[in-house]
Amino acid sequence: MAQAISPPEAPEADRGTREHSRYSSDAAGLGKARAGVFMAPALLLIAAFLVFPALWVLYLGLTNYRLTGIAAAEPQFVGLGNLLDAVSNPTFWSSTWLTVQFVLGSAVIGQVGLGFTIAWLLRDRRGPLKRVVEGLVILAWILPSAIVSFLWVALLDRDGGTLNALLGIPGTAWLLDHPMLSIIVFNTWRGTAFSMMLYGAALANVPPSHLESARLAGASGWQQLRDVVFPHIRGHILTNLLLISLWTFNDFTPFLLTAGGPDGKSEILAVHVYKVALQGGELGYGAAVSTIILLINLVVAVFYLRLLRSKK
Amino acid sequence: MALRKRSMGVVAVITAAGLGLAACGQSSGGGGETIELTIAQNAIAGGKNAAAAQYIADWVIPKFEAAQKAKGKDVTVKFVPSGVDDEQYKTKLSLDLKSGKGADVIDIDGIWAGEFAEAGYIKPLSELVGAEAESWDGWAQIPEAVQAMTEFNGKKYALPVGTDGRVLYFNKNLFAKAGLPADWQPKSWQEILDAGAKLKSSGVPVPIQINAGTAMGEATSMQGVLPLLAGAGGEVQKDGKWTGASQPLKDALGLYQKIYGGGLGDPKLQQEAKGRDKSFQQFAEGKIGILMEGDYFWRGVVNPKTGVAKMADRDQTVGYAMIPAIEPGKGIKGQDFVSMSGGALRTVNPNSKHPKEAFELLAFTLSPEALKEETKDGNVRITPRADVNKEILAGEPLLTFISEKVLPVTAYRPPVALYPQVSVALQEATAAVAGGTAPDQAAADYQKKLEGIVGGAGNIAS
Repeated sequence: MAQAISPPEAPEADRGTREHSRYSSDAAGLGKARAGVFMAPALLLIAAFLVFPALWVLYLGLTNYRLTGIAAAEPQFVGLGNLLDAVSNPTFWSSTWLTVQFVLGSAVIGQVGLGFTIAWLLRDRRGPLKRVVEGLVILAWILPSAIVSFLWVALLDRDGGTLNALLGIPGTAWLLDHPMLSIIVFNTWRGTAFSMMLYGAALANVPPSHLESARLAGASGWQQLRDVVFPHIRGHILTNLLLISLWTFNDFTPFLLTAGGPDGKSEILAVHVYKVALQGGELGYGAAVSTIILLINLVVAVFYLRLLRSKK
Repeated sequence: MALRKRSMGVVAVITAAGLGLAACGQSSGGGGETIELTIAQNAIAGGKNAAAAQYIADWVIPKFEAAQKAKGKDVTVKFVPSGVDDEQYKTKLSLDLKSGKGADVIDIDGIWAGEFAEAGYIKPLSELVGAEAESWDGWAQIPEAVQAMTEFNGKKYALPVGTDGRVLYFNKNLFAKAGLPADWQPKSWQEILDAGAKLKSSGVPVPIQINAGTAMGEATSMQGVLPLLAGAGGEVQKDGKWTGASQPLKDALGLYQKIYGGGLGDPKLQQEAKGRDKSFQQFAEGKIGILMEGDYFWRGVVNPKTGVAKMADRDQTVGYAMIPAIEPGKGIKGQDFVSMSGGALRTVNPNSKHPKEAFELLAFTLSPEALKEETKDGNVRITPRADVNKEILAGEPLLTFISEKVLPVTAYRPPVALYPQVSVALQEATAAVAGGTAPDQAAADYQKKLEGIVGGAGNIAS
């Protein structure tokens, strides 16, 4: 008598797979419409606040649109005229070069370097010193830009400024004699907290046993950093570099210190756009330069992201 | 199913929030009988033009509201203050008007009228308000030159708030130390430089300060390069052609070089973001010998009661002199002395829901009664009305001096939309010279920029 053979019990894993596939088919059954419902608000917000403004700026950059005058009422299409004006404008090139200095000086060297150094020095510390240093650094980050700018203008003032009093060199007009150095130091001071916190968190994840092994193997401090710490936090460093480079590239705060002066010597690109577009009223030209800035930012972002993926 | 319900809930919440936000953006509708008006000026209590802000809040608003109530109208007026640089005020105003907003009654610099009119931000008063604007009884009291400031393409766009003039202010105490007379009146640029040299040798930190650079915007043009250009016999625009790298411009820039390159002025003071305010402060503190400024300096800066850099002994310490031509008879129209004049305008915002009432408010602020109130207690200025000026300037020596001696030789900026851009190019030329560039080179660079602004060399007089 043939014995009825019952189908074998499905193994746990299979059951899971079957349930998963049932779930998947359910999800598929709901169709793209349901996914669309979920995504619609986000897509609408992205379209409204990112895509449309970007396209609008792109369009404005192709016109002679102005804040006032006849071109405010009836802007004309000028094609690539604004872009050609920009690349033949010495101020645009000096602004670009000053922006490179600003990003390299205050973001790449300043914030990353100083932020990491502070995080490294404070990594194993406890107690009041750590809290005081972290508190002071973070204070710079949480205060409103207008207030800290005002404080720094007073600090760097030629007559009666605190820095001159401390250094005993009255009469030095820091914001006029050394405008780029002043805003690089200011931005380094202001933005270091972010890097410090990021590196503090990253360093906490470096396995102490690896450092201990390196120490036992006779590695110097620099060798420990180079061969153990940096490889571990490489992703954090690159992410931080990407973020603060882009923030610094678009930073307008230096305007509050020097207004781009004297004589354009601290007119970084963000300030250049403000001056031509809003103070000078040339909205079309300003939009064209903004488009160039957007493209530069994209290139920088892609470069960092590729670097981040390359040896992951 | 639960998931679906939850997602529908989220969508409903987002939709409701969206509708709520949309509702917030709509006008409350009003519909009541109260007419709400707003009036905006670059003035703020305790800050810039504080006296004007106080006058609007304490006198204009209650008086106007009461006057309207007496006529059976329920009108409320709100003051919208600003206390920023003129350039920032202009940007804010432009953006307000561009987006169909802004106060019902707005103050603008006279020189913005052309570009605002071309942009459609302001409209001829006759179109906006009707015949009342043309028949306003105040017009009969306003000199033609001052009325002309309100016009663009032959139409009146605003009422004038007043006019002004430029002089050389000097500190009599510092002059006495340097052996210079208290009734100093230079007759040439060389005499200014000579006085500066004496001040310098007597230890005055900044002998001469003449506005330069882009940091102080139009102040550089009005209290700097334009009076000097006029003094050298030049005009920024003449017979439809713009003045390029002409000899008068080179002469004007040459004086800047002699002052800032020769240690008679402080170029850094001109380059700082708040350099003009700082120079006011330094003059009040007795650190600057000679300063070229408008009558605003006397009224709003060193005014012992309401100034931003009060000088308690202003009337005894501060002297004033007319701005001489480079040499006698070498100024524009063969003049010995020169000045530049401007003035603010007050107009009705085309976006106003109540243009007629807004015009009533505007005209009320320029009534004899209002102007006399505004200018009492030492807050005197040259008003647009001859009938009021006769009375209020009587006890005011500086403004009487400007009214009687300076205004007859003054010049006005060209009332065209391109002027503000040309002005910025001139400011850049002065910045370059103060920074060390040779005057001829700065003039050549200016001409190059000018060609781009005015549409080519064909529009520039050689």
